[in-house]
Amino acid sequence: MNIEKNIKELIVKKPLKLDCGKTIKDYPIAYETYGTLNQNKDNAILVFHALTGDQFVTGLNPITNKDGWWSYAVGPNKAIDTNKYFVICSNVIGGCMGSYGPSHKNPNTKKAFGTNFPVITINDMVNAQFNLLDFFGIDKLFSIAGGSMGGMQVLQFISNFPDKSRTVIPIATTSSHSAQNIAFNELGRQAITADSNWKDGNYSSNNTNPGKGLAVARMAAHITYLSKKGLQEKFGRKLQEREDLKFGFDADFQIESYLRYQGSVFVDRFDANSYLYITRAMDYFDLAKQFKGNLSNAFKTTKAKFFIISFTSDWLYPTQENKDIVIALNSIGADVGFVEIKSDKGHDSFLLDVPDFLNALKNFLDKSYKKIIYEK
Amino acid sequence: MKNEFRVIADLIEENTKVLDVGCADGTLMKFLIENKNTNIRGLEISKEKVQECIAKGLTVIEGNAEKDLKQFPDKSFDYVVLSQTLQAFLNPELVLSELLRVGKRAIVTIPNFGYWKVRFHLLLKGTMPITKTLPDEWYSTPNLHMCTIKDFVFFVKSKKIKIFKSLSLNNQNTSLINDSNLEIKNLFADLGIFLIEK
Repeated sequence: MNIEKNIKELIVKKPLKLDCGKTIKDYPIAYETYGTLNQNKDNAILVFHALTGDQFVTGLNPITNKDGWWSYAVGPNKAIDTNKYFVICSNVIGGCMGSYGPSHKNPNTKKAFGTNFPVITINDMVNAQFNLLDFFGIDKLFSIAGGSMGGMQVLQFISNFPDKSRTVIPIATTSSHSAQNIAFNELGRQAITADSNWKDGNYSSNNTNPGKGLAVARMAAHITYLSKKGLQEKFGRKLQEREDLKFGFDADFQIESYLRYQGSVFVDRFDANSYLYITRAMDYFDLAKQFKGNLSNAFKTTKAKFFIISFTSDWLYPTQENKDIVIALNSIGADVGFVEIKSDKGHDSFLLDVPDFLNALKNFLDKSYKKIIYEK
Repeated sequence: MKNEFRVIADLIEENTKVLDVGCADGTLMKFLIENKNTNIRGLEISKEKVQECIAKGLTVIEGNAEKDLKQFPDKSFDYVVLSQTLQAFLNPELVLSELLRVGKRAIVTIPNFGYWKVRFHLLLKGTMPITKTLPDEWYSTPNLHMCTIKDFVFFVKSKKIKIFKSLSLNNQNTSLINDSNLEIKNLFADLGIFLIEK
């Protein structure tokens, strides 16, 4: 399959000064859209993807031939109903699905940037994506939504552009990456850079691929997306296609086989250097720090309506971290709703078929949209 | 809708900012938005009720009044409403002081344990009273700190809390409570409704 053919691309001419001090310009942002932008241009929702997501939110991802990462939530008659709303999603800069990232060729050396690509932040990501509003001629979005790192982008976006969205939906996220989360990300990065095929990030010009390291990074991260209870119920101590233990280091247990599989399929679709860059961006995220330690000040000027959602079994971005955002918003009298959804599916709950979550999301969006139409 | 909610709504001026603590399925919130054009938020502990509020398009925060009121700044609402739940808190004294910190005024309603049917039930049957406003058995009731209208009036006075309006409710009948009729109302009111300020 021709990758380029299936990727829509916006070349951003306007220079963007990154947090690291470097400036980029004429860089590509790969995006996808679902549904139709109406005449008033008031039905657009900008969706932000998580660490390993991409612009292919729903339907068949033309690159991987698998369902889009938010297929349960986005589509015709779904929670984010593409019969009603115009959904835009773009690959983050630093990513590997067409947006400007470390696998792009450095025009000076004609080789992939690798680790010469500038370190990017969540702030840089949303500033780059903001160009999509101009591109589509949208003055104000109806909503911005995203889970995990997507939620961080949601928070950063409304802080940077307080009057550019009517509603704001951060899901299973945090305003400041915790030590535990930085630790897990560092584990993943160490696994990649310890792979001798990584070659200081220059694996493409060396015709190698640090697949083993990237797979280990994915396996470790994947555990953090699930809950102990969920894992126990799904796998327990079940053995993998065998009657008894084999007294070796092959995958005896189903959970081992499952993780190995998750690692191996991930390597086929994801770039190791992008994994380094994007996890770094998450680690650097601390919205309160941008406002001298006062998170409320990040939202001081916005009139947007917030709806924050967390999950009971999410220990990666636990309810308390989501609630801290609610508290910051309440302390300045912002319009904020909050619900913690009961689910055993861990952090991944926001990507899965969790009816209470999907219903809450749908109800919030549809009722808010109705109100906006009525007020007009 | 409960008559109690109509009485509460009558106490609330139009175009004000209101927090409904323990807003349940949002019936009162919806009524206040439609009839008083209030800017209203709800705080609710039950996940199911929170979902019902969201389905009605209401702004609600899942949370617990004993823990989660402290996030709201002083006097950030014109009114804070607490309907028939003060007696269910571990520390009603703390909750009441939080209501009066967060709200310029608070509207508190209490099921009256001094109501004659309650007194008669205990006196004649010798078992814990069960009435329309106190429907649960002793072992399954959420109520921890029952009080009478008289108890509540004495309590708020001792805390130097100003009572703007006290109303008694019995079936469909609402009437004012004052110092001279307190004994009577304490006997014949099923529910007490108080508009207070500190």
